[in-house]
Amino acid sequence: MTDEIARKELEKQGVVITSMGELYNWGRKNSIWPLQFGLACCAIEMIAASMARFDIARFGAEVFRPSPRQADLMIVAGTVTKKMAPQVVRLYNQMPEPKYVIAMGACAISGGPFKQGYNVLKGIDRFIPVDIFIPGCPPRPEALLDALMALQKKIEGDTLRGANRPRHIRPDAPSEFPIPEFGEHDLVPDKNPALFHPAAVLLEK
Amino acid sequence: MQTPEQIKSLIEQNVPGAQIELVPNGSPGGPASILIDSDHALAATTFLRDAEELAFDFASNATGIDWPERVIKEKNKVKKMVDGVEKEVEEITEKKTPAFLETVYHLYSMSLSTGPLVLRLRTGDRGQNNHLPSLTPVWRSCEFQEREIFDLFGIVFDGHPDLRRILMWDGFKDHPMRKDYVEPDDYEYEPTPHDDVLEKAQRHYAQEATV
Repeated sequence: MTDEIARKELEKQGVVITSMGELYNWGRKNSIWPLQFGLACCAIEMIAASMARFDIARFGAEVFRPSPRQADLMIVAGTVTKKMAPQVVRLYNQMPEPKYVIAMGACAISGGPFKQGYNVLKGIDRFIPVDIFIPGCPPRPEALLDALMALQKKIEGDTLRGANRPRHIRPDAPSEFPIPEFGEHDLVPDKNPALFHPAAVLLEK
Repeated sequence: MQTPEQIKSLIEQNVPGAQIELVPNGSPGGPASILIDSDHALAATTFLRDAEELAFDFASNATGIDWPERVIKEKNKVKKMVDGVEKEVEEITEKKTPAFLETVYHLYSMSLSTGPLVLRLRTGDRGQNNHLPSLTPVWRSCEFQEREIFDLFGIVFDGHPDLRRILMWDGFKDHPMRKDYVEPDDYEYEPTPHDDVLEKAQRHYAQEATV
């Protein structure tokens, strides 16, 4: 706390003191480049968020990259069909660390209105780790900006050392996840049990 | 536009041997649809398209219907002798209808501004005899829609130029829009289950508990 006060006082005098980790996180959180791809109507809201009225450039995330190799953030914007799911996982695997995922909209979270359908994946979190979930059908551009700010806060809190350090600087943590294959009746496997831990649900009898 | 009855007799006059049946529409004022036997379907539809007085040049919609075996109950009032007195008694007769798959085409004429004419084709059964002639050679707009019917209902269209699955992947074995389709059991997480979903979720959790 006294450090904080001392730093504020020094900043007034024109002296900026920071740490390596803070500088690193500051740089990362203000240049999150999303991967440019959309799957359904949520993508229209994502495009709206990047246009002048909402202007995602205010947060340094306006550089939509057409290649996964240059992207930091995957915005899963829309319905993930079972036919599309392997491609989404493959794109995620091709992104370099550190990488983050925002599941945008009801479909990407859980399957949404198509949850009981035969061809829609019931949430992309069955196959890749999701950092931020945005509810809505579709979410407003403001909701996407809110998610981006939440992600920035998350990046800000990353530490470079210790047990809680993020995945991309832990050599034992996986960076790629198995790509499901097309089976005769469903995707094989239909979820990644190492990733997908649904909350216990109490059913009325 | 000609009534379905007139169109039926026109086809019968011009396509020798065609078996045409009118399927009544249950709603008031709804026009009857025309059921054509699959052997003469191609000739009859070509006639519908090319005949000057009909000129059905546009197939706007093609879809499938799955009809499993059904029991239809009919109520009939029958006069019967009960204890020496004649009485009117309601008798319920049960009729079994065969199982089959059906395709429905909606035809319009752009040049005459008429339509829709509803066309039906039926397969022999839901198993091996699931072949129907493709109408893509007659109306190009049927191509993708027949692929979709093939994908979801499992009707095989003979004469289709490119009959592959369109929504599901190639290795997929089921036909999801059939009544007897069993969906994969992925009910791990149902926060607010109700009705059918509640039953399915309960079944899933019961299975999980035994494993």
